[in-house]
Amino acid sequence: MNILFEWFGDPANWSGADGIGQRLWEHLWYTAVTMLVASAVALPLGLWVGHTGRGRWLVTLANSARAVPTLGLLLAASLWLGPKLPGDFAYTVPSIAVLAILAVPPLLAGAYGGIDSVDGAARDAAYGVGMRGRQVLWQVEVPNALPLMLSGVRSAVLQVVATATIAAIPGLGGLGRFIIDGIALADYGQAGGGALLVAVLAVLLEGILALLQRRLVSPGLTGRAVGGSRNDDDSAGPEESADPTVDLRTSV
Amino acid sequence: MDWLAAHWRDVLDLAGNHLYLAGVPLVVGLVLAVPLGWAAKRWDRSYLAIITGAGLLYTIPSLALFVVMPLIIGTQILDPINVVVAMSVYTVALLARTVADGLKAVPDHVEQSATAMGYKGVRRLFGVELPLAVPVIAAGLRVAAVSNVSIVTVASVVGVPQLGNLFIDGFNRVIWAELVTGIVATVVLALALDALIVVGSRLLTPWRTAGGGAA
Amino acid sequence: MIRFDAVTKEFPDGTVAVDDLSLTAPTGKITVLVGPSGCGKTTSLRMVNRMIEPTRGSIALDGQDTGRMDQAELRRGIGYVIQHAGLFPHRTVLDNIGTVPRLLGWDKKKVRDRSRELLERVGLDARLGDRYPTQLSGGQQQRVGVARALAADPPVMLMDEPFSAVDPIVRDQLQDEFLRLQDELGKTIIFVTHDIDEAIKLGDQVAVLRVGGTLAQVAEPAYLLAHPADDFVADFVGRDRGYRSLQFQEAPRLPLRSEPTVTLGETPATDAAWLLVVDDRRHPLGWVEPGRIGGRGVQDADLHRGGTVARSGGSLRGALDAALSSPARRGVIVDDSGELVGTVLAHEVLDAIEDTDRPERDEGDPVHGGAVAVAGDEA
Repeated sequence: MNILFEWFGDPANWSGADGIGQRLWEHLWYTAVTMLVASAVALPLGLWVGHTGRGRWLVTLANSARAVPTLGLLLAASLWLGPKLPGDFAYTVPSIAVLAILAVPPLLAGAYGGIDSVDGAARDAAYGVGMRGRQVLWQVEVPNALPLMLSGVRSAVLQVVATATIAAIPGLGGLGRFIIDGIALADYGQAGGGALLVAVLAVLLEGILALLQRRLVSPGLTGRAVGGSRNDDDSAGPEESADPTVDLRTSV
Repeated sequence: MDWLAAHWRDVLDLAGNHLYLAGVPLVVGLVLAVPLGWAAKRWDRSYLAIITGAGLLYTIPSLALFVVMPLIIGTQILDPINVVVAMSVYTVALLARTVADGLKAVPDHVEQSATAMGYKGVRRLFGVELPLAVPVIAAGLRVAAVSNVSIVTVASVVGVPQLGNLFIDGFNRVIWAELVTGIVATVVLALALDALIVVGSRLLTPWRTAGGGAA
Repeated sequence: MIRFDAVTKEFPDGTVAVDDLSLTAPTGKITVLVGPSGCGKTTSLRMVNRMIEPTRGSIALDGQDTGRMDQAELRRGIGYVIQHAGLFPHRTVLDNIGTVPRLLGWDKKKVRDRSRELLERVGLDARLGDRYPTQLSGGQQQRVGVARALAADPPVMLMDEPFSAVDPIVRDQLQDEFLRLQDELGKTIIFVTHDIDEAIKLGDQVAVLRVGGTLAQVAEPAYLLAHPADDFVADFVGRDRGYRSLQFQEAPRLPLRSEPTVTLGETPATDAAWLLVVDDRRHPLGWVEPGRIGGRGVQDADLHRGGTVARSGGSLRGALDAALSSPARRGVIVDDSGELVGTVLAHEVLDAIEDTDRPERDEGDPVHGGAVAVAGDEA
């Protein structure tokens, strides 16, 4: 434990091009870029598959990608693309490409699963009252799919944060550098400190996203709706709405 | 192929280690997850606590957990036990929820009739509820198995040998055959474990495949 | 008026759900489609707003072929109520009700006012407006479903087993309120159910479909009960059809006898076997046996409440049931305000029944003979 305090206590570790501040910034930056790229591909695709019911094999295919080891993929991509790219791009492009590919399955599964789990009667009613396809998608399907979609986003973010750490092995920046360099130098204060920072970052991001999800999802879907019991004219109430779960996790 | 022909004994050794590092936590995790999942089902308040706690543990990136683990349990940093414990933590985190949800999915009328016939407590759990929850638990176990096999490769960084060593060595010395062998061997191992669980779950639930029922 | 003209629906797998259906649902009336599962009643309904497209034939709405209308606009002009209400779980009750007006581009305030008005109209407390569907009971959800369908005041309503998912008592309540609402609104309604009792209670005309999607008979309920077109209809309509058909026979001039009464607390001054107890407004409360009371005042606990009460000018079924269910064997008849008018004996009701006419059978067309006549229907 002392070595951790020592490492965190040293002001030199906090600033500069390889200080905690810079590494944290890099980590967040990789995460943001990766999520943007992956979401831009996976979310529309997931919505499309869910809405039209076509191309379900895409989701199955993406899910089976779980079995491919992240580290192996990262190293293979770096070995292949690295020499072809100039300067820092040799590290960032292959890593971020792999990070983005790995973020696709949970995003896709969340978006598809969310739309797929929308109550059939509600969808039927949406068409029945005269909504057009797009109106059904945006006014009914997407709002009802949000809990699962956002679960997918949360899984993807956690996964990217974790995988970005591993991407320090083929040379990416970010908090993983402390761990990899620390182990290489037998500086376990640095390695442990880096590990702790990553863990705290992951938990914090998860917390923030969970709060965001609470704000975005309609209270009618979360069982947090305000006030009162239902008691008036009969007892045949609907079953309690359970928190919908789909396993969106791929390995990290 | 030349590379593999020269090194297949090493690959087998590493695969054996890999199986140990990924497989033992699977068993440990399952054994620990059953009482946790049962408690989570039994008491609503514990459900929330257990699910939240499990979710939080699952949030911690694997590399970070491997490195921090020795600081928590007081082992040497290069000790394989760190990896086994860390992987067990992930497995429990994933399975506790699965077991709870699997038990919750047992139809109420089945539980009631079991109780009415005199089943109670642990006997009802093992005699009625767990067998019926097998399909759900097996599904969770498959996810855990496949992800364990993948995560274990990261242990190369903390000096615990398994198939991940092939990635790192292949990468460092630019031997594509070694790197690709590592990836393929890992995928094969993951699929083999997955298949094993599928077969096991079928054997444990003969009623699901009997008489044209949907498996 | 909704008119099915030789409509057939064949699904891609080859099953014929609806076979050559020709049927007219007259303006301002309730047409019930009833039949066992697999008879194509829901498919027929869903072809009206083109949730399902007919394979052959056409459906016209007030003379206009629906196949040529814009799908979404057609649906916005037709109220649609389904079995599990199909409320949007992410929207409040008021927002659910306002769905169609918003699609039609009404301004916000108007949508809100209209939604509140409908909430009240379907008998729900205004406070429920800000709740979400999961916070409502099944019956309440169904009312909201009806309100949503009515929101843009469409002349036509399609209702697909709207009351079948709620318990019998609530169902009865919802049916009564639905009829009351229809009295005020006069919509053209097609209503699907598998429950023949519901069909007979609600329908101005009832269309019985058989498995395979063919029309077995369409007629007014009384006609259907009196003259089932064939064994299938007779069987489907059920055993008690003679008795049930009495509900369509008004009981105009039953020989009522005046009944001595007593109020609670009063001591019976008679030794008759049975005495009717009323409240201060002369609303019947129940019967007592003076012989068992023994000279003290009548108490609440002495009341026999087994008898039903029939409305004067109501159906013969009501009058007969009042007589049969009364412990005194005298059926209690009240006026519209619930005040006692007199009593009637079962054999007197039976005499009245013998004087009634059954709906006349149309020998020429056993299937369509009893249907509601449609003005200007020349084909």
